[in-house]
Amino acid sequence: MTTHTLSVLVENKPGVLARVSGLFSRRSFNIDSLAVGETENPEVSRITIVVNAEESPLEQVTKQLNKLVNVLKIVELDPGVSVSRELLLVKVRADRTMRSQVLETVNLFRARVVDVAPETLTIEATGTPDKLDALLRDLEPYGIKEMVQSGLVAIGRGSRSITTGSALRAA
Amino acid sequence: MTRPTPTPETLAHRAHAGTPAAPAVTPVAPTGPIRTSGAGSLVKSLEALGVDVVFGIPGGAILPAYDPLYDSTVRHVLVRHEQGGGHAATGYAQATGRVGVCMATSGPGATNLVTPIADAYMDSVPIVAITGQVAKPAIGTDAFQEADIQGITLPITKHNYLVQTAEEIPRILAEAFHLAATGRPGPVLVDIPKDVLQAETTFSWPPTLDLPGYRPTLHPHGKQIREAARLMTTARRPVLYVGGGVLKAGATEGLRKLAELTGIPVVTTLMARGAFPDSHPQHLGMPGMHGTVAAVYGLQRSDLIVALGARFDDRVTGKLDSFAPGAAIVHADIDPAEIGKNRAADVPIVGDARHVIDELISAIEAIGRGEGGEARTADRTEWWAQLDDLRKRYPLGYDEPVDGTLAPQYVIERLGRIAGPDAIYVAGVGQHQMWASQFVSYEKPYTWLNSGGLGTMGYAVPAAMGAKAGRPDATVWAIDGDGCFQMTNQELATCALEGIPIKVAVINNGNLGMVRQWQTLFYGERYSNTDLGTHKHRIPDFVKLAEALGCVGLRCENAADVDKTIEAAMAINDAPVVVEFVVGKDAMVWPMVAAGTSNDEIMFARGVRPAFDEDDI
Repeated sequence: MTTHTLSVLVENKPGVLARVSGLFSRRSFNIDSLAVGETENPEVSRITIVVNAEESPLEQVTKQLNKLVNVLKIVELDPGVSVSRELLLVKVRADRTMRSQVLETVNLFRARVVDVAPETLTIEATGTPDKLDALLRDLEPYGIKEMVQSGLVAIGRGSRSITTGSALRAA
Repeated sequence: MTRPTPTPETLAHRAHAGTPAAPAVTPVAPTGPIRTSGAGSLVKSLEALGVDVVFGIPGGAILPAYDPLYDSTVRHVLVRHEQGGGHAATGYAQATGRVGVCMATSGPGATNLVTPIADAYMDSVPIVAITGQVAKPAIGTDAFQEADIQGITLPITKHNYLVQTAEEIPRILAEAFHLAATGRPGPVLVDIPKDVLQAETTFSWPPTLDLPGYRPTLHPHGKQIREAARLMTTARRPVLYVGGGVLKAGATEGLRKLAELTGIPVVTTLMARGAFPDSHPQHLGMPGMHGTVAAVYGLQRSDLIVALGARFDDRVTGKLDSFAPGAAIVHADIDPAEIGKNRAADVPIVGDARHVIDELISAIEAIGRGEGGEARTADRTEWWAQLDDLRKRYPLGYDEPVDGTLAPQYVIERLGRIAGPDAIYVAGVGQHQMWASQFVSYEKPYTWLNSGGLGTMGYAVPAAMGAKAGRPDATVWAIDGDGCFQMTNQELATCALEGIPIKVAVINNGNLGMVRQWQTLFYGERYSNTDLGTHKHRIPDFVKLAEALGCVGLRCENAADVDKTIEAAMAINDAPVVVEFVVGKDAMVWPMVAAGTSNDEIMFARGVRPAFDEDDI
């Protein structure tokens, strides 16, 4: 099993996310991560889906997704030629005695402190899933009180764009 | 890209070529704008789309639509249960090639359509289901008769809509018909809130379709066609594996030409019976769990399978990893997701079966003229000798019951002979369905209707009603079981009142026969809950039931009376007829490949395995 990142361009209409996610569950595919947002064209949304699957089931799920009337285009992003990021917000125990050590870790990972309380710091970090895992490992000894992570978003490197092309209406 | 605009052709209704009763689509002159209600816009859209009949039941939320329908040219058939309306739309579509339409109210009306929608989805039948919904402000409040039918039918429709404004109605209806009928056909549901039906709007026609993500591939890739043609020329043991897609594409004439051009043996799946004449010498019959020995082994021992509009269903392949181990696969289907889903394809071809077949013919003719060089038609004498030997040694047949009861196979065989190849046969699900697929000789397309994929008991009576409504000049026989018949026979009242004189043969073996057969074979003859009492107690009395529903009721209990009873039923054309054939309970469907086993394990009869020359495999 390998991890694949699919960028799915869909019509920005109610219920489309349910159609996409429902298809994954009923064809018994697991979604590792999912993120949705508008694109530069407000009529088009982009769903980034990370799945763990063999080549042949992945092809089947892509074909099934393509059959959804509201799906415009599906592109699998090659990790070698794309940029992918997740966002992490984490509340870490950091009283007076530990605060400077925690801040050192924050700086090391080029993360940011977004909220300060007497006993805790809330840290924002973006990066690849690997980087965020490493950050969490370093913060764990201080005590993680709460954390939330976004799904992965990804975009291809270079000047080409997947949102142009015959499949999509002009904005 | 340019958006697809509706044309009379894409707007659907591509009727089967050669079906006599399918009226030509008259292009509708541009209309409007006209001030009307959402409901008025709905009915005008149905008229503009050329709909001639809708099967439905009114109720609170859909009620506004029934007011303009009262004055419309669209015929509304008031069914007795929404499930009947859904199957009727399916039967209508399968018999005519046009989009079938059913209508129901919100909540229970809509949920009663779930089974026929799932049925149409599995068998790729073009139907449009129109449902009323509670008014928009009430959606999501658990209002009276509210059900999220769009959510419920997400996995069983090709697409569905919850209409938001009355202005969208013509466009959504046009899109629904276009989606249902084109590409791989299927059911489309349009859910319309009551306040949207009541809103003031303007109707104008034609609307512009807005389906940027829908682009079915109709024309196959030339390179793949040439490769398939080369394999079809050089293979020594090829088989044409024909599925329902060939009927959907109206490609049966082309299929015959292709088969005769290449001399390749043909098998037709349960969904494709009638796509190739049973009397044709190249026809090996039906493959699969209850297929003929020649068809099952033809596929199993082939070196090339050319699948045309078929999907390698588990009922055909048996245990998948032992299916046709030596065969290269050419798989042509309009749905790319079918190709490689169950069995990897060596030559994948995405396209409409009609185009695929026409282009294969051209490519094979080009090879015949010596273009492209090397290919020489393989010698298939030995292959045909093997197949002919299997056909001769293992023909379809049955034993007379030892207890002296009437053989169900005999009844169905005689029915097929007497009603003939122009009649339409509509089966329920179970033993009678398999016998109807085996012992009626299908010579023409669109004369065999059944629920193949979903296996919906209760399909036959309402689907026959829909078929007869669409093809009033054809004789329509439902061949049903006593179990199936009790699920949906209320539609006989509809048939009687609406002047839809179908004929129903109830093959009454007193039991849920197919389940009983499995209990006989796999559960040590422990007959748990399969005796319906229709023999022992004569409950219900099918003749009285038929009469109560406004039909003529006949009964036949012995072989000597079979012909004259069928002839008596054939002579009645002003009312629906129900004939109860009381048959033995122990007859079984053979041949059989037990579920989950390899096709190599096919049993010709109980305890009888065909003898094959193993060296040939």
